[in-house]
Amino acid sequence: MITSDVIVVGAGLAGLRAALELNRHNVKVAVVTKVHPVRSHSVAAQGGINAALSNHPRGKFDSPELHAFDTIKGSDYLADQKAVLKMTTEGIERIYELEHWGAPFSRTEDGRIAQRPFGGAGFPRTCYATDKTGHVLLHTLYEQALKFEAASERADMQIFDEWFVTRLIVHNGTAKGVIALNINTGEFEIFAGQAVIWATGGSGRVFGRTSNAYINTGWGMCVPFYEGVPLKDMEFIQFHPTELYTNNVLITEGARGEGGFLLNNKKERFLANYEDSAKAMEMAPRDIVARNMQREILAGRGVEGKYIHLDLRHLGKKKILERLPGIRMHAIHFAGVDPIDEPIPVAPGQHYTMGGLDVNLNTESKIKGFFAAGECACVSVHGSNRLGGNSLLETVVFGKIAGEYASAYFKDGGGEDVPVSFLNQILREEEDKIEQLLKSKGKEKHSAIKHELGEAMDSGAGIFREARTMNASLEKVKELKERYRHIGLNSSGRIANFDLLWALQLKGSLDLAEVILRGAINRQESRGAQFRTDYPMRDDKNWMKHTIASWKDGTVHLGYSSVDLSLYKAKKRHY
Amino acid sequence: MADSKIFKIFRFNPQTDKKHRFDTFKVPCRPGMTVLQALNYIQENLDGSLAYRSSCREGICGSCAMHINGKYRLACETQVSHLGSSITIRPMAHMDIIRDLVVDMTPFFEKLKAIKPYLIPGDPDEGAERIQTQDERAYLDYIVDCILCGACYASCAVNGYDDEYLGPAALAKANRFLMDSRDKADEQRLALVSDEHGVFRCHTLFNCQTVCPKNVDPTANIANLKRQIIARQLNPKFSKKGI
Repeated sequence: MITSDVIVVGAGLAGLRAALELNRHNVKVAVVTKVHPVRSHSVAAQGGINAALSNHPRGKFDSPELHAFDTIKGSDYLADQKAVLKMTTEGIERIYELEHWGAPFSRTEDGRIAQRPFGGAGFPRTCYATDKTGHVLLHTLYEQALKFEAASERADMQIFDEWFVTRLIVHNGTAKGVIALNINTGEFEIFAGQAVIWATGGSGRVFGRTSNAYINTGWGMCVPFYEGVPLKDMEFIQFHPTELYTNNVLITEGARGEGGFLLNNKKERFLANYEDSAKAMEMAPRDIVARNMQREILAGRGVEGKYIHLDLRHLGKKKILERLPGIRMHAIHFAGVDPIDEPIPVAPGQHYTMGGLDVNLNTESKIKGFFAAGECACVSVHGSNRLGGNSLLETVVFGKIAGEYASAYFKDGGGEDVPVSFLNQILREEEDKIEQLLKSKGKEKHSAIKHELGEAMDSGAGIFREARTMNASLEKVKELKERYRHIGLNSSGRIANFDLLWALQLKGSLDLAEVILRGAINRQESRGAQFRTDYPMRDDKNWMKHTIASWKDGTVHLGYSSVDLSLYKAKKRHY
Repeated sequence: MADSKIFKIFRFNPQTDKKHRFDTFKVPCRPGMTVLQALNYIQENLDGSLAYRSSCREGICGSCAMHINGKYRLACETQVSHLGSSITIRPMAHMDIIRDLVVDMTPFFEKLKAIKPYLIPGDPDEGAERIQTQDERAYLDYIVDCILCGACYASCAVNGYDDEYLGPAALAKANRFLMDSRDKADEQRLALVSDEHGVFRCHTLFNCQTVCPKNVDPTANIANLKRQIIARQLNPKFSKKGI
């Protein structure tokens, strides 16, 4: 048994920031992560991180309040407004802190942190490091973690990488730690603590066409869900307008922020032809741009009938090399296209999970001692549509808050002690589960189920939704769940058994798919990223509320909760 | 119908095998397919026990560096069509094998920790951002792109015979902080890399430069560290800003 004051699960931006905060408060922390910290998916974020620093000549009059308003409007008014203002206000300090810790931001001519325009924002407020912002921020936090790990003046901080968490330990309604499998030895271990901070990221791999990494299976959201932490607003899935047509690798919104155009097969900037994007054009928010791109493709105006061209050629070689070097290499590696000479083939694809584990603006959940931050959590600061550049901000702001509140909770004594016999019993349950899975010799292949799930979600829970196709996908998911009970593994060893890990995580993907579809079917309106062709209007009277999904005896139950609308009145969105 | 290619893959499971072997798989290859996708095909359809790390599949997380047809590369960024009809894959060298293509990168990360891989600024962290000019930032351009994949370390012959040699990635990181205008720990940093297992152990073989998937060019970074150390020996008043 490994004992710590607080256990952090996940070592992307939110998890590492939480761990650093715990260490600052002199609280002992064990970070448990299924991949080495720098392999976390935060590393793939490209375009930037928003804060009203007013470093850009056109951003002189920017403020946290204006940033909050843009975020709330972008969310189609489903974000909790005080939480958003907290994020935009504290965000400024968090960015300066990252810079103080060594993050190599790109710079303005006067040597300040550079900012670029992003969709749905009134001012250029997206701070960036070329088009590798997530990469440099994650490495910066990892570097700080190494510094803190080595430092002797404060309580221990230790990172356990390549440990796969299978279970959240909850005793009498209180989180007391996790059970994790050492991937490289196949041995289980109990990580016992007085509080648990969850930071396992998004779940894009529930879909087929997604920009997300392979590791974003949805398992991370399901482990606490199974133990009683509800999931909020899971039907709101962000489809990023510009994913590489060939393999869905992300092409940053920064490419449009720097002046890139979206063109149909007639070489028209077609966004001008749609009422909701006519003014902001390429800088309209993601939900609107993705929808209008999809409409062009469906109307037969896609290039080769299938995709849209993202044209950067007019930016010139110098600007592309200076500000967008990463996506240039993506286009070269994966589409055989150099954006300096040719337009990039792009199409919308799954990108971000607006919903997540239900927490309040202090990252607290209904389970005592359980906190969550980052993409796996839903505060909600993104509502039904996230603005680009706000996800990185969310990770560091709420990662810190989680560390702060978990420290306070720990120092207040935490929850009541948990008997060792209880811990051992849970450990045995997990052992049995894995042993059974390892022995499974059914006819079904989990990889085939995964691919069929991806197709079902792409077709039923995509950009345009309607009851008929969503119900068909839900039926399909139920069929896949049944088939999952009959899978067979063809690898039985315990050491680095990836066959086992993918099979295990698929259960999470399947359960999450049901939560997404059920929430989407129930919500009879169009709001933000959810567009229903059978209910094309937003319906504030009936649906200005968060969807709350709970897990009871192996089934999903839906309920609803209110939205904090205390600062701004809901209006129709135009850009 | 897609063309097939032959994949010969290094296999070793310490739990059951005394010795490594190469398994042969026939994989149908379609245009645009990467080596990582071919490995996925094998794991999903031919042999679920094949072990390798993977995550972002876009060359930024650093999980999938391996030896592919004679060169260390990222499996996810390598097109199968660029490789001929037979493809041989081995794990990274100089590290213990956990299983198949998964190696224990602990020594790699221990050496990274040894160079104090974090900013050591002169002044306390207060207020707004520190000022850094665009030129000062430009010096860091390629160095900060390092994804810690280990390809350079595995390719380095010196790492092969000197277990304690810091290796290209850790040394490049030392130069990244030394040359950051905000960092104020020159003497401390150079002292950490100037012993017998530091920069002067480098034989300038250019392997790291050749294999780095992100063009970090560790060779040039090591050369700069050597220059900084020697210049200070010759002229105690030498400052990195003087170059």
